[in-house]
Amino acid sequence: MSDGVPGSAVLGTPVVPTGDGRPDGADAPPVVVPRRRRRRLRLWIPLGVIAAYLVAGVIGPLIARYDPIATSVADRLLPPGSRMSDGGLALLGTDQVGRDLLPQIMQGARISLLVGAATLLLAGTVGAALGILCGYLGGAVDATVMRLADIQLAFPSILLAVFVAGVLGSSVTNVVLTLSITTWPIFARVARAQTLATRSRDFANAARTLGAGPWHVVRHCVLPAVAGPLLVIATVQLGFVIVAEASLSFLSLGIPAGTPSWGTTIANGRDYLASAWWIATLPGLALAVFVVCVGVLGDELRDRSDPNLSTR
Amino acid sequence: MLRYALRRLAISVLVLFGAATVVFFAMRAVSGDPATAVLGPDADQAAVEALRREYGLDAPLPIQYVQFLRRAVTLDFGESFRLHDAATNLVFTHLSATAALALTAFVIALVLGFALGTLAATRPHGVVDRVVSVLSMLTQSLPTFWVGIMLILVFSRFLHLLPSSGAASPAAMIMPAVTLALPLLSVVLRLVRSGLLDVLHEDYVVTARAKGLSETRVVGWHAMRNMLIPVVTVAGLEFGSLLGGAVIVETVFAWPGVGRLMTDAIAARDYSVVQACVITVAVIFIVINLIVDLLYVRLDPRVRESV
Repeated sequence: MSDGVPGSAVLGTPVVPTGDGRPDGADAPPVVVPRRRRRRLRLWIPLGVIAAYLVAGVIGPLIARYDPIATSVADRLLPPGSRMSDGGLALLGTDQVGRDLLPQIMQGARISLLVGAATLLLAGTVGAALGILCGYLGGAVDATVMRLADIQLAFPSILLAVFVAGVLGSSVTNVVLTLSITTWPIFARVARAQTLATRSRDFANAARTLGAGPWHVVRHCVLPAVAGPLLVIATVQLGFVIVAEASLSFLSLGIPAGTPSWGTTIANGRDYLASAWWIATLPGLALAVFVVCVGVLGDELRDRSDPNLSTR
Repeated sequence: MLRYALRRLAISVLVLFGAATVVFFAMRAVSGDPATAVLGPDADQAAVEALRREYGLDAPLPIQYVQFLRRAVTLDFGESFRLHDAATNLVFTHLSATAALALTAFVIALVLGFALGTLAATRPHGVVDRVVSVLSMLTQSLPTFWVGIMLILVFSRFLHLLPSSGAASPAAMIMPAVTLALPLLSVVLRLVRSGLLDVLHEDYVVTARAKGLSETRVVGWHAMRNMLIPVVTVAGLEFGSLLGGAVIVETVFAWPGVGRLMTDAIAARDYSVVQACVITVAVIFIVINLIVDLLYVRLDPRVRESV
């Protein structure tokens, strides 16, 4: 589906040159960029952008100090590129109480990545454990857990997340819990399918014949086969999880108000659309670029790991 | 066919019962005492006790659960302490706004999805196809609430073309409906494109072309007819995701529907309304899935034979 390195158009970097600029299918031998190189770009551009976000999220808040309770009336709603009253440059403008937007967005990157990683770790571990258990044991356990997963997947996940988050109350831990509850079935399904496929392969049978117990077979035969697909699924899910976190925070059901996250900053900016467009636009742009890059990376990893799944 | 329908119906009832149970225990386990929530933390102890008795909250949990189920069957979820109306009434008065929004979004997604998907499939890997595929990836991955806010920024604040919120005029429906339609649009578009590409190599399409029919007629009639059912089925099953998206879109555009009612109720800890909202949406969702499922079996002779 995603032909032509869609990520690059968003990033503003030049789109991959198509050789001599002639349209595809012209008479001349197609001198387009070799497929290989295009595919490499599809892997490395998103990886680079994601790495940049990681750096910004980890190191950014250390350099550009962000004080969540500081307010400065003189610096309210300054457009991007303004000088603030303390002489600092507000590269991305300031918000409704005079806080610099750039450190706020970097702090948001930190929270988003943290929530994303923690959720994938929790949901991935629980989902994979249940999936392997179901796939290996079969029977009643399998039927019960997988039916539960089916029912849950059939229900709109954002609705479930809103309900669970509303019941639990807003905190970083609860957001991770909520999103783990909504994503575990996806991991469980993949792990189960992979387990079913490897359980009776020759090498697993051989191990069993040599006297290996179930634990040994799972650890040395099943787990290595499950790990790869799970990693791919985790990449694809990272985008969804981070959008879900931002959506919950936007509805003030996610990250509590004291911690700036992309969702809460966008929600604040909604009230100032007429006077200060940048407050809602820029954190959303940061979120959008990140999610698109993760999406492209996920598609690419999936295509690489299993050509049969390729949508191209 | 009848046996299949009955089995699907039984499963649906079971799912609904499960949803109600989860709602009940989740609310009781974590939210604490609803009586204190109603009267506030500083309320008089005697008043709290009286209210607890009135709501039946002093009974043991299993009895409360049975009572909850009995009332839920008659759609009685108690009264909203915030809006002083029966929770079920509130949900029903907000339901029409959500239904109008979701149906409009559904139609937009189907019409645009078929149009763009067909355009993309007629010249695979052409310019149009590439533009459409990038668009579809963007509409699928961009956060809905931000897209909505950006639409408000452009069309209300800068261009002054459309109202930014409310449901006062028909024009107010345009932006929320489009925002809600975008993720589904990308699903429909992909299905139509890949479906058409598969079908266009089939013998009967080659025959139609060989007969000298125009390309419009070949694609628009012969090929399209065979993929209409699967696409509409998947779109129907995805209708539920519109209900989920409505929660966010309604909040962005201050649309007076069930989604906004629910987020407001959650923020205010108005639990009877939350319960009524969740269960109503679950019922709608399950009924739609059941209908789509049965229609699919009814419409496709191959599936009909097998059940």
